[in-house]
Amino acid sequence: MEMVNIKINNTPLSVPKGISILEAARYAGIEIPTLCFLKDINEIGACRICMVEVKGARSLVTACVYPVNEGMEIFTNTEKVRTSRKHTLELILSTHRRNCLSCVRSGSCELQQLCKEFNVQDEEHYAGRMPDFEFDDSAAHMIRDNSKCILCRRCVAACQEQNVAVIGANARGFDTHISSAFDKDLADVSCVSCGQCIVNCPTGALREKDDTDKVLAAINDPSKFVVVHTAPSIRVTLGEAFGMHIGTNVQGKMVAALRRLGFDKVFDTDFAADLTIVEEANELIERVQNGGVLPMITSCSPGWIKYCEHYYPDQLAHLSTCKSPQQMFGATIKTWYANAMGLDPANIVVVGIMPCTAKKFETQRNDQAAAGYPDVDIALTTRELARMIESAGIYFRNLPDEEFDNPLGEGTGAAVIFGATGGVMEAALRTAVEKLTGEELQSLDFKEVRGTDGIKEASYTVGGLTVKVAAVSGLKNAHTIMEKVRNGTADYTFIEVMCCPGGCVNGGGQPVQHAVVRNFVDLKGRRAAALYEADKDLPVRKSHESEAIKRVYAEYFGTPGSHVAHEVLHTSYVPRPKYK
Amino acid sequence: MNSLAQLKEIKDRTVDKIVLPEGSDNIRVVVGLATCGIAAGARPVFDALVQGVSNAGLDEKVTVAQTGCIGVCQYEPVVEVLQAGKERVTYVKMTAEKAAEVIEKHLKGGKVIEEYTIGYYTRADENAEIKYSLMDTPFCKTQKRVALRNCGVIDPESIDDYIAMDGYAAIGKVLTQMKPEDVIQCVKDSGLRGRGGGGFSTGLKWSFTAANKADQKYVVCNADEGDPGAFMDRSVLEGDPHAIVEAMTICGYATGATEGYIYVRAEYPIAVKRLGIAIEQAKEYGLLGKNIFGSGFDFDLHIRLGAGAFVCGEETALMTSIEGNRGEPRPRPPYPAVKGLFGKPTTENNVETFANIPQIILNGADWFASMGTEKSKGTKVFALGGKINNTGLVEIPMGTTLGEIINEIGGGIPNGKKFKAAQTGGPSGGCIPASLSDTEIDYDNLTAIGCMMGSGGLIVMDEDTCMVDIAKFFLNFTVDESCGKCSPCRIGTMRMKEILEKITDGKGTLEDIDKLEELASHVKANSLCGLGQTAPNPVLATLRFFRDEYIAHVVDKKCPAGVCKALLNYSIDPEKCKGCTLCARNCPVGAISGTVKEPHTIDRSICIKCGVCMQNCKFDAITRA
Repeated sequence: MEMVNIKINNTPLSVPKGISILEAARYAGIEIPTLCFLKDINEIGACRICMVEVKGARSLVTACVYPVNEGMEIFTNTEKVRTSRKHTLELILSTHRRNCLSCVRSGSCELQQLCKEFNVQDEEHYAGRMPDFEFDDSAAHMIRDNSKCILCRRCVAACQEQNVAVIGANARGFDTHISSAFDKDLADVSCVSCGQCIVNCPTGALREKDDTDKVLAAINDPSKFVVVHTAPSIRVTLGEAFGMHIGTNVQGKMVAALRRLGFDKVFDTDFAADLTIVEEANELIERVQNGGVLPMITSCSPGWIKYCEHYYPDQLAHLSTCKSPQQMFGATIKTWYANAMGLDPANIVVVGIMPCTAKKFETQRNDQAAAGYPDVDIALTTRELARMIESAGIYFRNLPDEEFDNPLGEGTGAAVIFGATGGVMEAALRTAVEKLTGEELQSLDFKEVRGTDGIKEASYTVGGLTVKVAAVSGLKNAHTIMEKVRNGTADYTFIEVMCCPGGCVNGGGQPVQHAVVRNFVDLKGRRAAALYEADKDLPVRKSHESEAIKRVYAEYFGTPGSHVAHEVLHTSYVPRPKYK
Repeated sequence: MNSLAQLKEIKDRTVDKIVLPEGSDNIRVVVGLATCGIAAGARPVFDALVQGVSNAGLDEKVTVAQTGCIGVCQYEPVVEVLQAGKERVTYVKMTAEKAAEVIEKHLKGGKVIEEYTIGYYTRADENAEIKYSLMDTPFCKTQKRVALRNCGVIDPESIDDYIAMDGYAAIGKVLTQMKPEDVIQCVKDSGLRGRGGGGFSTGLKWSFTAANKADQKYVVCNADEGDPGAFMDRSVLEGDPHAIVEAMTICGYATGATEGYIYVRAEYPIAVKRLGIAIEQAKEYGLLGKNIFGSGFDFDLHIRLGAGAFVCGEETALMTSIEGNRGEPRPRPPYPAVKGLFGKPTTENNVETFANIPQIILNGADWFASMGTEKSKGTKVFALGGKINNTGLVEIPMGTTLGEIINEIGGGIPNGKKFKAAQTGGPSGGCIPASLSDTEIDYDNLTAIGCMMGSGGLIVMDEDTCMVDIAKFFLNFTVDESCGKCSPCRIGTMRMKEILEKITDGKGTLEDIDKLEELASHVKANSLCGLGQTAPNPVLATLRFFRDEYIAHVVDKKCPAGVCKALLNYSIDPEKCKGCTLCARNCPVGAISGTVKEPHTIDRSICIKCGVCMQNCKFDAITRA
């Protein structure tokens, strides 16, 4: 690697040629503040917070996009630089609705942090007219409050990166605002509800629709039996909301917190993940053996499903008919469990804790009401759960570790890795291979489909059959694969698609991390590693070996793919237009 | 066509039509049919001439041709009659009826109609001799036409006309006698600098693109002229479009590009049409396309229309727009020479820059470098407007002083008013106060006084202009035109405008002036692109040269030029008022009361400060302060 010699704040150092000043400064242990910068996907130099002085330059220089070259002398903290950043912050504040006291992002707002760091005392310094702001709460999963938007366009880049691109800048100059084409409501365009815009927003302009009040009302209603279940990835991300290290597994504390919040039963979505595997493996084998539509594509990720319905409405037959684990869980609770416990499903409230905003949309889908009531009543994001815990005054870090309730608190190692891209594929392989060969697997690790790459491919010979698989995450990659599926060149048997890049660990409902973390820390990788660690330590690592799974089939579903299973655990899809 | 001989053949057979040879008794009549002429009514004049000449049986002897902008806006429509060995006759303010008269008396009868000629309007007094030709007016005397040399001379829709005036000889020379590096060296040596406003060395720019290896490179012509009051590029495109086609081809050869794009405003329909015709004609002649002049060099051109955003004149925004995206600038580096249009090395120059290229190739770098000042070579085209007698399009050698432009070429300020300042560079530039009239116009001198050359708009202001109001005017423009991408420009320009409004509303304080200055410096230093970096210039320049006017607004609550309505009050001097009631009867809001033959009074709570009373008063009894 070619290196160049530069000086940052008079400290000489040698850094790779061509990297940005922003990255070079990190070699010197200096973090240059940014607002708009997202590495690789939003390098647009728009916010002007990262300005630095460069010796000999005509004016201040944009650190996030300006490459270093030999002999460059950079100053990151001069009076000129500090004044510039302060004035830019004052300008941004002058168009920002400052109800910071009660803002959902108070404390995690990047603008707020910078204003504090740069000692912006006079919030009214450049006070003037405010643009006419839009407020869009049309979508099932989120709220856009442009009065807090600072036009960094990180959401636009995230949406573009997802190949959805339903938001962008409209109008110009002072009236510029982010919205959909022709200022249509988000509900009327092909937004897939993934929430990647939200986790990339530096302020409170984008947020999930808060359903915590509904949950509290249900808990406080003595006639309701409130069941909560937590998706695989929540246990390795919830801790971040309480200042714990990225990748800390807090399963025990999470269960304890949920119990203290007053839920009647605390279950694990992992149970339903195992159920999904059993049903999906069966569906795959049936398709392979009976000449069904291949490749079959997973259906766990509601953002992906919605994407497919909007963008590939002609390819819906490739989707597995299995409901997602969240919906399978709710369906099982309101049928088998209600029956077994003698409960009226009308009085059961199922709450899912999900890494995902599209899950809020999913609960409202048609053909998701096995018992005649919605399978799942409320889907909360990890962030909403964190807020509930905080507001209940529970000191999370000091909680004891507790166990899930039984019988639906049992999950296998195969289920827990659902939270990472490739996890569903690996879990399915563990079951499908054994079913097809009738022999016990020697090694359970299918490492070819692990890791945070957007598209991973592998080929296995199982009982004389060649099975080619792909695990895909992020809709840009899904687009690549789906184009092949559409034109008939995708020779895969089975494809796993996760909507969010890296899978659920990086879902749109996960705790927000500042851009600096997203840019320079392997967030997806570290969260996923904790899931694989959990898998390794679990006594049962294959879905079909779960005692809970065996029990529900024995008592209720009969065999995988049975009539009852189809009634309760499978669903259908509908083509959706790109805009209304 | 694939040889220089064929080119010469066309030239030889056409040239006599345009430059009438000695001894010929043919007559050439040209009508300025650029946008300005057509808007002033030149089309019926042209039609009347064509029809009239035909009806009079003069077809053999008289050619009537359309041509581009002749340059004298306020005299449009303009018709020129050219005859070998005779003085050119410039008829101005023409109508179809006058044209019929010209056919009868001049073309048939050989007698010039003096009172229709330009000299009739421009003579010093009634007894002065009437010069017939535009060339003899002070407006033209110090002009030097390089970029505009064919404007007003040839029919822009005829490739043969262009070839007759040595058109495509430069690309012929380049492709048959010069290596790409020779072309770049020649352009470098000429000292030509970018005429779009930045003033970067054109040859150097070309060499950067040439140095980058790529499977595809592009040439882009920036014809997105957006400054209010500027129409230099439009005039070139409408008057001499082939010059741009030829120059871009030369640039393509020099830099290794095989494709070019002309990005032109959709608001210039005639320019778009004539460019389209030029490209088609050049393709037909084999002067665009494959293997030009048998050299093996291929070059193709496309037109892209801009939707009228000022920011698309910024080179990266322009390229983003050509690519089909929202016209917004992108950070530099990477510079277009490295990563430009569609991510490929690209050379972008504006229309006027390109218009100089064929002449530099044909006449040599030394010829071009002999004009102008030490660091600014050649000529510059200005669109002269505002409070000036001769509005129009002028091309002058670099180094001409502002005073010469205004007093000689421009004929001074109308109505005996005093010259106060001139704005160069439009909303991105600054004002040059009258005290600096001796400034020789070139890139570096203008930069030194905090202005900029800009693309060539030159707006003249007289003593009745309020400089705070002017700054507000330009800020209004940039607020409208900011693309909204970067925070300092998007918000900062609006805040500056708001402060200026506060000041002109009489609500400003001295602190506001400080804040305005702070903000202007901030926006200048921190904005992403040229638009934001220069948007504060009108504020900074007026603060520098006319600070006293700002102070008068905030401290004395007065607008010295009497422009800012909120700071004006009309009152009636009871000593002078005769009670004629004229003011009261004309007041649109009924603010004036009084009985006949008694002094009247104005109710300030009703008065809207329109000034009608003052205009109507016959006794000078109404004052504005």
